[in-house]
Amino acid sequence: MSTTFVEEKPTQNLEAFKGVKKVPYEEYYTSGHRTCQGCESAQIMKLMAKAAGPRTIVLGSTGCMYVANTSYYATPWGVPWMHTQLGSAGSGALGVAAALRAQMRKGSMKDEPINVIAFCGDGGGADMGLGAISATMTHPDYNLLILLYDNETYANTDIQISGTSPYGVNTSFSTPGKVKRIMHHRWKKNVAPLIAAGHPTCKYVGTISTSYPLQAMNNIRKALSIGGPTFIHCLNPCPKGWDFDPVLSFQLGELAVNTGIWPLYEIENGKLKLYGKTEQIARGKFKRLPVREYLLKQGRFAHFVEEDIEFFQSKVDEMWEKWLVPGVIPLQKEI
Amino acid sequence: MATTTLPVEEKKQVQEQEALITGAEAIAIACKLANVDVVTAYPIRPYDTVMQYMSQLVADGEMDCEFIVAEGEHSQFEIVKHASVCGARVFCGSSGVGWMYAMEALTVTPALRVPMVAMVGNRALDDPGAFGVEHNDALAVRDLGWLLTWVDSAQEALDTALIAYRVAEDRRMFVPLALSCDGAFLTHSQALVEIPSAEQVKKFLPRYDRGELLLHPDNVISVAPQANEDWVMEIRRQNYAVTERACDVIREVYADFEKTFGRKYGNPFFEEYMTQDAEVVLLGMGTMSTPVKVAVRKLREEGKKVGFVRLRWFRPFAGPEIAKCLERFKAIGVIDRDFSFGSPNLSGVVATELRSAMYTGASTRPPVLDFICGLGGREVTVPDVEAITQSVFEAAKGKAQPLTQWIGLRG
Ligand SMILES: Cc1ncc(C[n+]2csc(CCOP(=O)(O)OP(=O)(O)O)c2C)c(N)n1
Ligand code: SF4
Ligand SMILES: [Mg+2]
Repeated sequence: MSTTFVEEKPTQNLEAFKGVKKVPYEEYYTSGHRTCQGCESAQIMKLMAKAAGPRTIVLGSTGCMYVANTSYYATPWGVPWMHTQLGSAGSGALGVAAALRAQMRKGSMKDEPINVIAFCGDGGGADMGLGAISATMTHPDYNLLILLYDNETYANTDIQISGTSPYGVNTSFSTPGKVKRIMHHRWKKNVAPLIAAGHPTCKYVGTISTSYPLQAMNNIRKALSIGGPTFIHCLNPCPKGWDFDPVLSFQLGELAVNTGIWPLYEIENGKLKLYGKTEQIARGKFKRLPVREYLLKQGRFAHFVEEDIEFFQSKVDEMWEKWLVPGVIPLQKEI
Repeated sequence: MATTTLPVEEKKQVQEQEALITGAEAIAIACKLANVDVVTAYPIRPYDTVMQYMSQLVADGEMDCEFIVAEGEHSQFEIVKHASVCGARVFCGSSGVGWMYAMEALTVTPALRVPMVAMVGNRALDDPGAFGVEHNDALAVRDLGWLLTWVDSAQEALDTALIAYRVAEDRRMFVPLALSCDGAFLTHSQALVEIPSAEQVKKFLPRYDRGELLLHPDNVISVAPQANEDWVMEIRRQNYAVTERACDVIREVYADFEKTFGRKYGNPFFEEYMTQDAEVVLLGMGTMSTPVKVAVRKLREEGKKVGFVRLRWFRPFAGPEIAKCLERFKAIGVIDRDFSFGSPNLSGVVATELRSAMYTGASTRPPVLDFICGLGGREVTVPDVEAITQSVFEAAKGKAQPLTQWIGLRG
């Protein structure tokens, strides 16, 4: 038998919260931030900090959750937090985990499991920092979580398309014009399966939504407990960038799932499991809602004509009907 | 190299062994002695031999650290930056375009007040490709708060690496330090090096203590929140204060180094060679010291009173001290192994900097000529130095000389 040179370190082994009433009152992400009303990206910060608890170090990539979120003399963080560069969530988490490990081994720091979380936006994580996250996901010896909060644009720089922006969306880099109604004709990047398929070392990859907060927290706890590098992709409705009334934030998160646009799943030790409404859709217990109901609530799709809505619907249908795993793995079933 | 050593008896107590090693190997050994916690590597010649040696030290169980091979230099420097904020002693390095690829990380590291020691194996920047030495890579960060030092021997590389940790991790500093070694001439050239014992190093180098700036659950802080115009200027001013203290801290550390290890470097900021009765002087950084010293000796035999000053520290630039040293000469010839296109007088970086220091710090106004030489790894030859000296003597006699000359060009 070949010896393994991987030295696994124990995690905090955080058990799932058994119901909303069992969730602790303590907040580690509190007042002080200046995000927009109805900002679901800020919501996942709160859930993430609560799920992880006090023995945690959080790194935050540049983006709304840095600039609008963490101002000098008004930090909302109740756990140690550090700004990390836009493309550095992966490398930052690795550096922190390595520092803890080395010092604990050498006895210069108390040996205990400490959660390491680096969050990044879709611009930071799905575009610029993807290479660094990919590298980090190949390191079996470090316990850490990369949480990608996805508001589907470079929001902080005034809403520009990123690799995860939906087809046809109106952003400040893709405004409809006299000749071209659709300036953005790429389909959203499928980040979580990309990480899962390419990084066998990574024991937990999953998608979450802030509209299912208990589930989101428990999945974060699972990712932090399983050991090694892990990855979670969260969809976060953004009233400013998506152009909707903040009162609709929660509902839009649900609609993204119920229309089949944002499938919820976990890939734990290589095993894929759909959950929530997504699972019900796959089992035929819940009929997908038309994407129209989701799109027409948002100003960013206000320029869509019938043809565009139909195209969008056809792509989502294709995802569910033709892909190897509904909405997750884009290989045609016939192959 | 102007070091003096202790008598044999005393030497035995402080040194463990003497070995024939390269500059890169010397720095790897220094990191082992410094008990570095986190090392990040990425391949690019010529610095990367240091990482080859280090990975071997780790594999052989001689060095206990996290040794991470990153997927690019940006990550390489970001990993150690974050590790240092969490209290780890760190090492990394790069060369040429690799160093430039890390530029964002290089920018934020001093701004965040993060100590780090990085080896730069100086290399020409692309394009066109060249492995050889040029100093523009390390010099690119000269305005950002990095400490920049150049060494010219494997012994000095080892010693300065130890000094580097003491200086960078000093609470009054907390800034990154780039230790520059000329590609090939130093990184890959072997010399006999005295290697101090681990006990001596331990005495010289206290544990890195990040104190109340440590990122750890026992110390709930937010590092680098968005500050904008409300506070950025005050924060910059604090970082500026580091540069006000830098020379004193460096002097202190060299004095302590001498006390602990017995090797003397004299003035930490520059080395003077045959300057005592010199009429004109040459000035440069790094391993050009070897051909320049040979040439100086040759010229001396011909009765020409020329000396050489080798600059060790470019940041901090010990301006007043250097100006005071140089004001006594009739003319100064700077040899720049770099370029600064579009600069005043179209001179190199060192000459431009030196003229600025002389303008405010010197009581005389000797001509400061610049000679761009030895780019892309080309050798600085003895005839090159002779030609340079000739021009400097002409300037000393009052004959106008071009302020910038390219030396050793073909055809
Ligand atoms: C290297 C670099 N390039 C560009 C920027 C400018 N910038 C600041 S925030 C930001 C948006 C990041 O978008 P995302 O990661 O999606 O986060 P969001 O703002 O949407 O929360 C950009 C591009 C930067 N900070 N750093
Ligand atoms: S722009 Fe969007 S992501 Fe940014 S703070 Fe506002 S709602 Fe949140
Ligand atoms: Mg975004």
